[in-house]
Amino acid sequence: MDQWTRRTFLGTATAAAASAAVGPWTRRASAQAAPLKIGLVLPYTGVYAVLGESITQGMELVFAREGWTVAGRKIEMIKEDDEMKPPVGVRKTEKLIDSDKVDILTGPVHSGILMGMRDKVHDSKTILIVSNAGADAISRERCSKWIFRVSFSNWQPCQPMGGWVAKNVSKEVFQIAPNYQAGKDMMGAFRETFVPAGGKMVAEDYPKLGETDYAPYLTKIKQSGAKAVFAFFSGSDAVNFVKQYDQFGLKQQIKLTGAGFLTEPDVLPAQGKSALGVITGHFYTPLLDNPTNQRFVKEFRYKFSGKMPDGFACQGYDTAEVIVRAVKAANGNTQDKDRLTEIIGALEFESPRGHFRFDPKTHNVIQPFIYVREVKEVAGGLNNVPIDKIADVRDPGTGCTLPA
Amino acid sequence: MPFFPDIFGQALNGLSYGVLLFLLSVGLTLIFGMLDVVNLAHGSFYMLGAYAGLSLIAATGSFWLALALAPLAVGVVGAVVERTCLRPLYRRSPLDQVLLTFGFIYLFEDLVKWIWGGRIRSIPSPDLFSGSVTVFGATVPSYRLFVIAFGLAMAVALWLVIERTRLGAIVRAGVFDAEMTAGMGINIDRVFTWVFAGGAALAGLSGVIAGPIQSAYPPMGASILIPALIVVVVGGLGSLKGSLAGSLIIGQAETFGKAWLPGASMVIIYVVMALVLLLRPQGLFGRPLR
Repeated sequence: MDQWTRRTFLGTATAAAASAAVGPWTRRASAQAAPLKIGLVLPYTGVYAVLGESITQGMELVFAREGWTVAGRKIEMIKEDDEMKPPVGVRKTEKLIDSDKVDILTGPVHSGILMGMRDKVHDSKTILIVSNAGADAISRERCSKWIFRVSFSNWQPCQPMGGWVAKNVSKEVFQIAPNYQAGKDMMGAFRETFVPAGGKMVAEDYPKLGETDYAPYLTKIKQSGAKAVFAFFSGSDAVNFVKQYDQFGLKQQIKLTGAGFLTEPDVLPAQGKSALGVITGHFYTPLLDNPTNQRFVKEFRYKFSGKMPDGFACQGYDTAEVIVRAVKAANGNTQDKDRLTEIIGALEFESPRGHFRFDPKTHNVIQPFIYVREVKEVAGGLNNVPIDKIADVRDPGTGCTLPA
Repeated sequence: MPFFPDIFGQALNGLSYGVLLFLLSVGLTLIFGMLDVVNLAHGSFYMLGAYAGLSLIAATGSFWLALALAPLAVGVVGAVVERTCLRPLYRRSPLDQVLLTFGFIYLFEDLVKWIWGGRIRSIPSPDLFSGSVTVFGATVPSYRLFVIAFGLAMAVALWLVIERTRLGAIVRAGVFDAEMTAGMGINIDRVFTWVFAGGAALAGLSGVIAGPIQSAYPPMGASILIPALIVVVVGGLGSLKGSLAGSLIIGQAETFGKAWLPGASMVIIYVVMALVLLLRPQGLFGRPLR
């Protein structure tokens, strides 16, 4: 028998006191089915709070449609702010898994947080529906039976753009992205189809994340002789880069193309007319004409006072759709996790982005289409107008050994 | 290989960035020199300037009116902060003052989110300077040329005020020895308030000036604080000349670093600072350390 230490004594005493305090309520609640607890690890403060907000709103739209119950269980969302900081995100993940004992975990936005929480999720056999972070590794050597991704891998919006740009814009391209993993992943994915299509990389540059003055890079682009630029930036970086690109008079001479985040609705209003004519690849734009999307846009704008949904809202919508459909199919049983992962892996439904299904090899979404979009002035302001599309884009999943 | 239009273009880029740093750091260095306060909330005044500018442009439709009025508004905020919060701490340890101004970073950030929301916003360039021009083969946005001219004019104006007016003489005396200045019958308390408000107004001014180049978002103040502090260290505490020289050096170092040594660009301004600290610990134009 171990000795009583101060810590174990305190722990036991606290647990006893807590169960005494909540006892009557838990007993009463268990007369009905226990609530379905869904944990959200997302940024709710800082520049990326608008992304967390969009994802959460997309989820709320689905849950409200279901009357906040699924298979007789009340839906309970537990939101945790990860502040876009990996240590914070990992701590919040541990809290949601160990103390809140969530049935299903969702999030995060930051790839670093996803990589940090991966082992905790995998070892505790918690089902995680990734609602944004695109780190390629999660569909490759670090894939997990318990992790599904509804959003994208960084590779997906960029790889098809390489061939498209070489064919339709120019074969002489300057690449630029922030100096971190996602930036390098995306530039590499672009080259995979750009170089075989006869494209030539004139030069590449990796400014620091959070750069405010892109002038030195823009002067280099101008002098490089490139005919087009392929860029990935998001948040304030996207606003500063696109605005300054226009101010330097480059827009008329050197076509600006990029990954979809460059001109998503979270940054487009601040970019204004500077963004006109920018061409990006993404799995979604609110202007898609399928009926699911038209209903989604209408209901989203009605519920959230006229706000235009973006790719992030679509990711939240699909996250919630996956949860609702899976829990229904399991008749509310979330304890049999092996069964639940089988159900999730086999789900197919109509999403605003098109026909949704997971790749059984990686648990990553197969993008029904990557849309090539151009920023144009349409009714209701600037928007990403689809001008072309590439079908069935699935991550190669190199190194992932999930049972097929 | 770099050739002339490239070098010239990058030098102009560095100059416009340096001038922006000057407008920001000159207030910081004067406040430090005179009040002995490291004002960590200086970046917040920069952010307040940008947001006040946004609202004033929306209300008046004129960039120029916003450029004139936003600094005044930020200056008033600065005066209130100095009178109500900072003054009681002058006799306490510098750590208390650092803690207070650090707290103000969060306070102002939340205030901005509360009033203007967390979305990224931006100030459009004034119509007069919305295009770009080609100078000696280098393309530069005309707004950046305006920023350079405006910043250098401000430097001359500030120099005239500090070197040629009675107020300037008092400020210089205060930087040298505040107690002795008070002993000469100068109401040093009031001068402190003016200097702090003036420094805040200059930060607000640079916030509006930076608006069309950069975007406005709540943590913008915290991210610009580091280069501004480096300028103060390089130039020497409390020195106008040092602030100008430091800004221009850091502006060029950072710009050419990004252009020619992209791998090392993140550390290059720290290398410059370390070199200055090694060879001239008091900064380029600072007083020798006692």
